[in-house]
Amino acid sequence: MASDDIAPVKKPFRWHILVFLLPATAVYTVVMIFPLLSTLYQAFFSQTWAFVGLGNFEQLFGDPRLSASFWNALRNNVWFFIIHMLVQNPIGILLAALLSNPRLRLRGFYRTVFFIPTILSFVIVGFVWKLILSPTWGVTSGMLKSIGLGFLFQPWLGKEEYALTTLALISNWQFIGIPMMLIYAALLSIPDEVLEAAECDGITGWSQFWKIQLPLVLPAIGIVSILTFVGNFNAFDLVYAAQGAQAGPNFSTDLLGTLLYRTFFGYQLQLGDRALGSTIAAVMFLIILAGVCIYLFGIQTRLRRYQM
Amino acid sequence: MRLTKHLLLASTAIALAAAPAFAQDATITIESWRTDDLTVWQDKIIPAFEAANPGIKVVFSPTAPTEYNAALNAKLEGGSAGDIITCRPFDASLELYNKGHLASLNDLPGMDGFSPVAKAAWSTDDQATTFCVPMGAVIHGFFYNKEAFEAVGATVPATVDEFFAVLDKFKADGTYIPLAMGTNDQWEAATMGYNNIGPNYWKGEEGRLALIAGTQKLTDEGWVAPYRQLARWKDYLGDGFEAQTYSDSQNLFTLGRAAIYPTGSWEIAGFEANAAFPMGVFPPPVQNAGDTCYISDHTDIGIGMNAKSANPDAARTFLSWVASAEFGTIFANALPGFFSLSDTPVKMEDPLAQEFVSWRDKCESSIRSTYAILSRGTPNLENETWNASVQVIKGAETPEAAGARLQAGLESWYKPAGM
Repeated sequence: MASDDIAPVKKPFRWHILVFLLPATAVYTVVMIFPLLSTLYQAFFSQTWAFVGLGNFEQLFGDPRLSASFWNALRNNVWFFIIHMLVQNPIGILLAALLSNPRLRLRGFYRTVFFIPTILSFVIVGFVWKLILSPTWGVTSGMLKSIGLGFLFQPWLGKEEYALTTLALISNWQFIGIPMMLIYAALLSIPDEVLEAAECDGITGWSQFWKIQLPLVLPAIGIVSILTFVGNFNAFDLVYAAQGAQAGPNFSTDLLGTLLYRTFFGYQLQLGDRALGSTIAAVMFLIILAGVCIYLFGIQTRLRRYQM
Repeated sequence: MRLTKHLLLASTAIALAAAPAFAQDATITIESWRTDDLTVWQDKIIPAFEAANPGIKVVFSPTAPTEYNAALNAKLEGGSAGDIITCRPFDASLELYNKGHLASLNDLPGMDGFSPVAKAAWSTDDQATTFCVPMGAVIHGFFYNKEAFEAVGATVPATVDEFFAVLDKFKADGTYIPLAMGTNDQWEAATMGYNNIGPNYWKGEEGRLALIAGTQKLTDEGWVAPYRQLARWKDYLGDGFEAQTYSDSQNLFTLGRAAIYPTGSWEIAGFEANAAFPMGVFPPPVQNAGDTCYISDHTDIGIGMNAKSANPDAARTFLSWVASAEFGTIFANALPGFFSLSDTPVKMEDPLAQEFVSWRDKCESSIRSTYAILSRGTPNLENETWNASVQVIKGAETPEAAGARLQAGLESWYKPAGM
């Protein structure tokens, strides 16, 4: 019966994989997938659960007031994202590059200090910065005055032209640790041989960073960008904590998240509108989906990866 | 075996007999936005009720004011709301009643002790059904720092010109911020600014009802003129008022750094606890000496019952106690500044509260213009008024443009009856 010996042993179905996956899948379905799908579903119905097709979307983009608030929120959101990409991520990369310098002392200390704001609650960050910048009690105007720059002080959070940028910079301060850590980890994974080889070829210092390290961490920068994008277009907490759901002054800090909150849950005397709220949520979902797809198919596939 | 059976039967019988007693031992939860009043409820109101009604436990569970409506709506939809609902006036509560979240209280003992005006804020449009017990009204006015007034030799202003003369005095003196108000939170400008000084211009109820009837418009002089006065306030506000919050303003006044604070009677308790100087109050100044004065005497707070309450009897017992004179006296004295709406006069000890309530005799009372009916649609007139008041104070929008914008927004959804 030699053939029996040669025949491959039939592997039993590996049930344990299913069993191990089940809890996470169940929890994720209940708290993420189901609410997401039901919100998308709700966007096609009126407040009283009558099917309206694309009626809610027509109302959102057709009604002059609603569409004005929507485009205003979207514009603000784009600006919020641009500030993050221009300020938070480059500074994060810079900090990571400095931290990965082997000659730097107290590296662990700096790493911790830069990362601490990230673990603070939005409410604390919003409230603390509101106090720091407060024209009545804040320390900012005094500090600026003591170095002779008192004339620069403005009630930034209360002025339409500065409020959104100020909030974006506060958010940068808070989350600078994320790009820093991700890119720091990527920099550490570059083998020393590569850097030593570069040094043998006479590439040192900054040119080593630009020519060797940066290209090698580009995939990490891509991940950071997409995380920033998703985070920014879902942002709500900081504006709500610092400026309230009315996103003052004059809606200049209104993001898609705050618009969604006001519409869905209502605010002060304004009653909530479940249908329109879901519609805005659906549009936000589509925007984020589109952004992520552009990244995944347009950018990530073209990034060159190096075997290290 | 037989013994066990008998025992079981006996214990079941006891349990059945005891059931009503257990049902009496109910816990009812109150939903409210009055976080400031937590201690008053816990130390004064609830003990007084529990002493008179053994077997009913009451829990006061407030939510922050700006989140209250949204949170309450969500809780009611989800079936997790408390038994007793503190009612916002007018449409917010009417909407809850129409959705079946609030129970009718027409047959509640004690409801006949309130006038139709007091009940109007919590009744259906045809006044047939009332769904909340009127609890308190707040009166708008201006607090002032008596020491500051003595220091610069100012007297309490009665007319608009005198008011600005006093503000000029403080500005010239420079020790005090003339007016404590900021625009960061937005509602201050509308509620404590526009709706505070406005009734003198639109003649209280006359103008408010005409606006609802469609015979007046927000572009009429009576509705634009208050914005004109607000625009003049800008020069007297503190530095950086654009980022000054409501609590900043409160602190500026109670720390003695500001002279005048436009607000309402609800501040009395907090200010008396925090301010170290004597305070006075004056009603919104009239345009010419001798004019009839109008005040905003706003039916602000009522209390009703969750229609799906698990303890309807206990909840009704509580509500009819709220409608009684006993509650009225405890409430008006424990929370000076919330004036009882009951027909039975309530004796109040607090001098500032007495001053506020004395205006009811010499001035015409009205309620906030944007609360009844006109904030039913989108854009919401109340929320729009917040924005417009801020824009006008900052000088970013002219009073006329603000009036025109609000009227256009209102007309986009509101059609006055019979027009």
